[in-house]
Amino acid sequence: MAREIGWERNVDPVGIWEHRGKVALVGRGHSTTDRRWDGVSMDKTLGAYAMVAAQAAMEDAGISPDEVDGVITSAGGQPGHRSFGEQWAPRPYFDPPYDTEDGLTFVTAEWLSRQLGLRNVKYLNSHGETFWNLMGLAFQAVGDGRCEVCLVPYPNGNLEGRYHQAEGLSAPGAAQWSSPWGWGLSGQGFVFDQYCRKYGSNHDRMAPFVVQERKNGLLWPHSYYALHEPEPFTEEDYVNGRWIAKGLSIFDCDRPVQAAACYVVTTAERARDMRQKPVYVLDHTEGMFQPRSLVQTLEESEEWSDILAKRAYAGSGLRPGDIDLFSPYDGFAINAQYFLEAFGWRGVKRGEAHDFYAGDISLHGPNPLNSGGGNMGTGRMRTAFVTDPMEQLQGRAGDRQVKVDANVAVTIGVLPGNACTLVFSTSPD
Amino acid sequence: MPRPIPIPDDLSRPFWDGCNERRLLVQYCTYCDRKQFPPEPDCRECGWHFHLTWIQTTGRGVIIGSSVTYDSRIVAWHDQQPYLNAVISLEEDPVIHFHSNLPGVPVHDVPVGAAVIVDFIEVTPGQLIPEWKLA
Ligand SMILES: [Zn+2]
Repeated sequence: MAREIGWERNVDPVGIWEHRGKVALVGRGHSTTDRRWDGVSMDKTLGAYAMVAAQAAMEDAGISPDEVDGVITSAGGQPGHRSFGEQWAPRPYFDPPYDTEDGLTFVTAEWLSRQLGLRNVKYLNSHGETFWNLMGLAFQAVGDGRCEVCLVPYPNGNLEGRYHQAEGLSAPGAAQWSSPWGWGLSGQGFVFDQYCRKYGSNHDRMAPFVVQERKNGLLWPHSYYALHEPEPFTEEDYVNGRWIAKGLSIFDCDRPVQAAACYVVTTAERARDMRQKPVYVLDHTEGMFQPRSLVQTLEESEEWSDILAKRAYAGSGLRPGDIDLFSPYDGFAINAQYFLEAFGWRGVKRGEAHDFYAGDISLHGPNPLNSGGGNMGTGRMRTAFVTDPMEQLQGRAGDRQVKVDANVAVTIGVLPGNACTLVFSTSPD
Repeated sequence: MPRPIPIPDDLSRPFWDGCNERRLLVQYCTYCDRKQFPPEPDCRECGWHFHLTWIQTTGRGVIIGSSVTYDSRIVAWHDQQPYLNAVISLEEDPVIHFHSNLPGVPVHDVPVGAAVIVDFIEVTPGQLIPEWKLA
């Protein structure tokens, strides 16, 4: 288990990361993005997509499979190391390498290493959790010398049908405290309602943020929307979105997809000989929190995101004014504001996020928030949150390239109760 | 319309038994002088179970916020949509929360900040659950 190696930087004071500037991102690769896997197409499994992404990432970095000595992944793309497939679709299996769930809706480091014929691997770890957490784990492992040239695939799958649907009338375990009152995503709507009451805002004021994210995401060829729903998305579309739980609309929820990305992480020293300009990792910090009682409140969302922001500033040695690009997780979109305000990016204080959204947050303006489009602009790939800062700092983001001078980028996800902050720079210092 | 029925376990049984006697109980650490809900194996403050007991609350609270569910993940609730979800904060210890559907309150007109008092409704013969009504 990842946690057992004690890699997380989650105890204050964290201090400057011991590997600050000594670890680098040097390659990225993506599969195409589908809405769902049909359960039969062997060239569209999560395993097949992880292989495509890994090969593209190695090609991008200019390395051969023989140079790879580590693979670190979050096998199912989800916390708890679970496969969606096991939950959703018990099936007769196929011929090798698809004779178990591994490779179909779940891709372990072991499976990928074998399929790619990686002969010199000395470190495999399939226990990364959320995407940010996975990257943090990989940065720490390379910094610690567990491996030197590491593939970091992030597979994330989606099958037919709806998920998270609880059937029946029995409410055991944690459900005994919520299901009798039909509580669920209402938790998202409730906190947003508290926010709007406290600061005098309303849901419509989210529109410019989500619309800008979709614009950014449409400029990224791998995104779900660029591939499958390229029509423009307007503020009118957003404010007419149906409610899931009031305060949370369908357009605040990220579209589940079937896709994989892969990164090459290495030491700053090895990075010098590789094909791309290195993006240096200045820090990773983590945090996990429990509500005091039955529900997470606004007060807790603010308290926890404040702790995470302070920790990231302490761990990286940066101040808010040092951050050129800021990418807070947005799936659900109504959570991004807690991170934006906690980090105080561009001077945004508590309660001011929606005013900030109403200003110029475009790619060409001074405040390009979530320049990669986030999940609202790309679907639930999550990987835009690392690929975009990486490409921006390398100056190869193409149509998405921001106009501000981009040297330092920060991303945080997933939610205030469980998050990891990653800090990237064009310079190791 | 049937709603999901809580299944008591060793940890939660005193709470649900209390509901059946129309008493709203929460865990209480006698060492830390601290209430805790939902119940946990240990006190979160001192980390021990030795001093954990159950205490009856006043059953008075305040509505601190709400949402309205239109597309529930709980299938049994689908034909009640849209339905109200309010959060109640306990008067004597606002950190302690309870859920409520506030029966009889219009879903789009929730008096946030209003005082409420606990009531109990039957979800299945032999099991009451806490609900709340305007005080
Ligand atoms: Zn105690």
